[in-house]
Amino acid sequence: MALLVDKHRPRSLDALSYHPELSDRLRALAASGDFPHLLIYGPSGAGKKTRISATLKALFGPGVEKIKIDSRVFQTTSNRKLEFTLVSSNYHLEITPSDVGNYDRVVIQDLLKEVAQTQQVDLSAKQRFKVVVINEADHLTRDAQAALRRTMEKYSPNLRLILLANSTSNIIAPIRSRCLLVRVAAPTVEEIEGVLKLVGEKEGLKGGAGLESRVARDCGRNLRRALLMYEAVHAQNDQISEKTPIPPPDWEALIEVIAKEMIEERSPARILQVRAKLYDLLTHCIPATTILKTLTFKLMPKIDDSLKADVVKWSAFYEHRIRNGSKVIFHLEAFVAKFMRLYEGHFMGMDLDFDD
Amino acid sequence: MANFFDIRARQKEAAAAATSSKTPAQPENNRLQPWVEKYRPKSLDDVTAQDHTVTVLRRTLQSANLPHMLFYGPPGTGKTSTVLALAKQLYGPELIKTRVLELNASDERGISIVREKVKDFARMQLSNPPSGPAGEEYRKKYPCPPYKIIVLDEADSMTQDAQSALRRTMETYSKITRFCLVCNYVTRIIDPLASRCSKFRFKSLDEGNAGKRLEEIAKLEDVKLEDGVVNTLLRCSEGDLRKAITFLQSAARLVGAVQGKSDGGDKKRKRKTVEDDEDEDAMDVDGASNGSDVAITIQSVEEIAGVIPTPTIEGLITAMQPSSKGTVYGRVSKAVEDLVAEGWSASTLTTQLYDQIVIRDESIGDWQKSRIVLCFSETDKRLVDGSDEHLTILDLCLQIAGVLGQK
Ligand SMILES: Nc1ncnc2c1ncn2[C@@H]1O[C@H](COP(=O)(O)OP(=O)(O)OP(=O)(O)O)[C@@H](O)[C@H]1O
Ligand SMILES: [Mg+2]
Repeated sequence: MALLVDKHRPRSLDALSYHPELSDRLRALAASGDFPHLLIYGPSGAGKKTRISATLKALFGPGVEKIKIDSRVFQTTSNRKLEFTLVSSNYHLEITPSDVGNYDRVVIQDLLKEVAQTQQVDLSAKQRFKVVVINEADHLTRDAQAALRRTMEKYSPNLRLILLANSTSNIIAPIRSRCLLVRVAAPTVEEIEGVLKLVGEKEGLKGGAGLESRVARDCGRNLRRALLMYEAVHAQNDQISEKTPIPPPDWEALIEVIAKEMIEERSPARILQVRAKLYDLLTHCIPATTILKTLTFKLMPKIDDSLKADVVKWSAFYEHRIRNGSKVIFHLEAFVAKFMRLYEGHFMGMDLDFDD
Repeated sequence: MANFFDIRARQKEAAAAATSSKTPAQPENNRLQPWVEKYRPKSLDDVTAQDHTVTVLRRTLQSANLPHMLFYGPPGTGKTSTVLALAKQLYGPELIKTRVLELNASDERGISIVREKVKDFARMQLSNPPSGPAGEEYRKKYPCPPYKIIVLDEADSMTQDAQSALRRTMETYSKITRFCLVCNYVTRIIDPLASRCSKFRFKSLDEGNAGKRLEEIAKLEDVKLEDGVVNTLLRCSEGDLRKAITFLQSAARLVGAVQGKSDGGDKKRKRKTVEDDEDEDAMDVDGASNGSDVAITIQSVEEIAGVIPTPTIEGLITAMQPSSKGTVYGRVSKAVEDLVAEGWSASTLTTQLYDQIVIRDESIGDWQKSRIVLCFSETDKRLVDGSDEHLTILDLCLQIAGVLGQK
């Protein structure tokens, strides 16, 4: 059975329920025939992908929904073989180059040129160009991004790119210069509530008791997450009342425990205990940044206002180190220790600051 | 959609009407190009705002002697266009393929591969213009100097090793080849290479000239601009003409779409121009939904460029001020959370905040500003390193709030 998230994904620009101005803009671009390269950015769960699929449909018609999945093997200069998955229709191709890490440049160089040099197979196609959708474009290495530059210009009669990213800070200036940037804001709490109600109705789920609005408030304006939470609550409870708890994901619950432990006791022994839990999170593939960020925001309500700016400062500091360093656990642990020290210092009336 | 088909049908008609000189495919595929490609300078004279460079290069056209060259400057200032135009004017359409080799970052450029490709290319016999009177004609138009040009575009993405290897290669074939390196950051080109080249700096486009080019394009595309739109385009694109042109095109599409809805797409009056004029560019003028009477507004350009609305920025700054209502952390963290959920780009946000706080706000003392700029420096570095935007921006705002709180 498909998840609600997939089952009720709107398939055309007209069916998208929020940001009508943005849908208009995409429709206008799709209808114009001289569609530019796009860089779509916005927080995760804001509906970027859905919007792009709808735009592709506006560009090429329902044919783009006939999708096949292939795998391809690429050869690096050092003769290493890379296996890589492609999702494609007759009119477009979708890739996630960050799957192959530092070899993404090879994929970009070979694949895009190949696509660019073959013409549209379907002669009756509405557009002469094919579209390549690149997921997680903000994770492309610098080299891979550089490899896109001339390709985007030279082959523009045959090829358009749609880059998807959470933020544009990691995209090099020459690429930003070659794209039209399109921001997709997260839906508002009310808009999320609306979507949940609609999905609930379609599914014949018993609504009421304000569940939709509670989920909408709790989901951090992330529609994907809201739908998953909503489905989970319904799966776990037959009867839903105002008191039915909305359980957070396991990992988040664990981070809440860590936050509590850090407040309760500040000692080397405690750091050890916390470390074990951090390892646990990391082995379950929760990204270090997510851990640090969630932990920081869980600590905030538990500490005095005068401390908050400092805690954020160190959190941001160690997050930067996570980015540049190689052993993420060091930096997570350093943040835990730093926090304990700050908190202790505050507790003892700032005495501890003297040895800085 | 109906509009779209309509236009296609008309296009075919138009192509059929213009029977003579051109193949019907030509104008169509031209029309479908993004404007940046459509208006790529075709000769040195079309290159805007790089007067010094263009003057020097034009002289080389006459003397037919060319040094090795290094073009550098920010994106979208005309570097690639200039090399291509120069090559075209030197060799003309017949010879350009055999005389010019372009290697860019989309080509494999390891040491051995560059050496190999350059060697093969350099060894190839010099192609010559057709003989007889036709050839003389050709030579009159194009100087066809007796060497080949190797363009290494986007050279800053070549490794140091590959660059060093190039040194030898450059010397070995110097009699029959000239190199032209193109890059954004001249510091990424190793010294021994850079010192072998005449350097040409491409400046960020200044308002006057770039503005003229934009107005020209708007006129050719038959889109109307409200007063001040050109300035807004230039401001939002930070001297990058390519960006400005893309913004202009999208804004035109948006206006066109609104118009198309309201008047059912009566575009007949444009037909005349198409039939009258054989010129390629005039042909293109009949864009999908141009020719509307609605002008492009400043607001629509700012929206497309992703400029954060002033009230939003001001709201954030108000939240940072020390005051009695609620806590600074509470206010700032809420404001930042909203900004992040709205998806505003962190780099745009820092630029606009900087502008508002450091440049414009005169109520903030110099001493405070001198501390605030340190925060901006750190933030920029972290963002470029790929740090989490939410944490980084929150940190920046809280630190600024901290400085504002100390009197
Ligand atoms: N000086 C200029 N005069 C006229 N048009 C320009 C100029 N600079 C840029 N443009 C426009 O911008 C487009 C891109 O220019 P070009 O490819 O030459 O940039 P570039 O300097 O090579 O940038 P990058 O560093 O990103 O490769 C051109 O197709 C043209 O439409
Ligand atoms: Mg270029």
